[in-house]
Amino acid sequence: MNAAALRPEHRLIAEWIDKGSRVLDLGCGDGSFLSELERTKGVTGYGIEIDPNNIVACLERGVNVIHANLDEGLGDFDAGSFDYVVMTQTVQAMRFPHQLLDDILRIGREGIVTFPNMGHWKCRLQFALGRMPVTRHLPNTWYDTPNIHMCTIDDFDDLCASRGITVIERAIVDSQHRALIGMQLLPNLRAEIAVYRIRHREGPQAASSPS
Amino acid sequence: MPESLPADSVGLVEPRIAHFTTPLALDCGAILDAYDICYEAYGTLNSARDNAVLICHALSGDHHAAGYHALDDAKPGWWDNCIGPGKPVDTNRFFVVSPNNLGGCGGSTGPLSVRPGTGKRYGPDFPIVTVRDWVESQARLADEFGIESWAAVMGGSLGGMQALQWAIDYPARVRHAIVIAAAPRLSTQNIAFNEVARQAIRSDTNFHDGHYYEHDTVPEHGLKLARMIGHITYLSDDVLHTRFGRELRSGKIAFGFGVEFEIESYLRHQGESFVGRFDANTYLLMTKSLDYFDPAQRFDGNLTTAMERCSARFLVVSFSSDWRFSPARSREIVRALLDCDLDVSYLDIESDLGHDSFLLPIPDYHRVLKAYFGRIEVAG
Repeated sequence: MNAAALRPEHRLIAEWIDKGSRVLDLGCGDGSFLSELERTKGVTGYGIEIDPNNIVACLERGVNVIHANLDEGLGDFDAGSFDYVVMTQTVQAMRFPHQLLDDILRIGREGIVTFPNMGHWKCRLQFALGRMPVTRHLPNTWYDTPNIHMCTIDDFDDLCASRGITVIERAIVDSQHRALIGMQLLPNLRAEIAVYRIRHREGPQAASSPS
Repeated sequence: MPESLPADSVGLVEPRIAHFTTPLALDCGAILDAYDICYEAYGTLNSARDNAVLICHALSGDHHAAGYHALDDAKPGWWDNCIGPGKPVDTNRFFVVSPNNLGGCGGSTGPLSVRPGTGKRYGPDFPIVTVRDWVESQARLADEFGIESWAAVMGGSLGGMQALQWAIDYPARVRHAIVIAAAPRLSTQNIAFNEVARQAIRSDTNFHDGHYYEHDTVPEHGLKLARMIGHITYLSDDVLHTRFGRELRSGKIAFGFGVEFEIESYLRHQGESFVGRFDANTYLLMTKSLDYFDPAQRFDGNLTTAMERCSARFLVVSFSSDWRFSPARSREIVRALLDCDLDVSYLDIESDLGHDSFLLPIPDYHRVLKAYFGRIEVAG
């Protein structure tokens, strides 16, 4: 796979990751992103995945993969044992997103988290019309969706502030698949995908693990 | 009798004997001056000698892992579903070596062997061998082949423990360790079950303190009981229920102690067929090897410290319904490997078949093995 085949958010994230760093990819899917990072950035690390089909795909790529349910926490990993803990479009499907965020910043020096932004104008429009949003990034109907904890960029900012989490950088992917880093006009309205680079204000050791 | 063997079988195989005359100092302090290792080998060792896979067997296994000894064999080797052309351990690519462990009763030197200079069998005087001793003896077998490093060392249960010990004892000689349905050491409950099995054998009046060969008897009853209790721990409650339920053989309760429930019949059959193929002294030895296995012990009980010396890549596999060596025990191994920043992949296979799952061709399990072996690099 070449970089062009990566999802726009993955291209963004790859720019943030230093060469030779240690990466933990939560919900790593078929391992293609980690595999690409290993190839282009010389990173080492592991993917965490729950689906056996994806685990087989990871093994076929030669990516280290650990079978685990993220809802059961990340107790097997020591504080500060990774440079980056990455979680793309998974937080919204977690039972306790706030506790998982704490865990991410306990394990990693930095966390990189992406989620489908419920504040996007297409979602707001559907709400205004009295419907639960169904979009390209949120294709499921309300009764069969795995996404049980949807939020907006403003909601996520509030959560970070309340848990001592510093937002180092934020980027968005808009509906034209453009990845935009830095200051953005009306991000909560324009972002289909929100991409956050975060750390705990006092470093990994200070981030509490979920109770 | 089958007219021909399946195309994905390694075919007809013959056990071979490697004789060793360099004394082997065992963990227990005893020294074996000379010994035999009985083994089978499948596939072809390449000229770089880097495509060899060592298969380590479990408690009641032996060297006959794949293929058939004769066309009219009722069953192939114990891991035939996993080893062969096109199978997860693909003998078109790999050279597979499967030894019988020292102390075993499949042809390697053990309690059944005649003790040099005595004309009598070792019997109960055969020294208790440990997993480390097996690794040492298997390393010498590798030397015989000129195999500097195994492409993979692989095993389930007690076999997985050998793979783990290999990676610790010979970091430079194991490129991949595949540890299936194992544990970093036995739990108290595991030891308790083993002790019941041992007492069943030792309290059989035909046991004669292990000298039953001289009395021309076999502690059949005790060995049968040992196997019956072992078998219960190999299967899950669910699978026992599904397979046997509370079915009565004659359809109604007989108010007696004969075989009534199907499960009773099954266990008795398992016990009886085991007596014909396994030696009681070996069973005692193997359970002791299990009980003693604890690679962390030499490192202040810290498994992470024990694993720090490893350089192999690891695949760890557990089975959801295995309560003998549960998924949590495999995760202890994974955790230590993660602490050491070693390459490791782990999968817990959904299965209701209990500990015995590791012997069965469960689709996800074999897909994972196949994918993993597919990435192991060997010279052309």
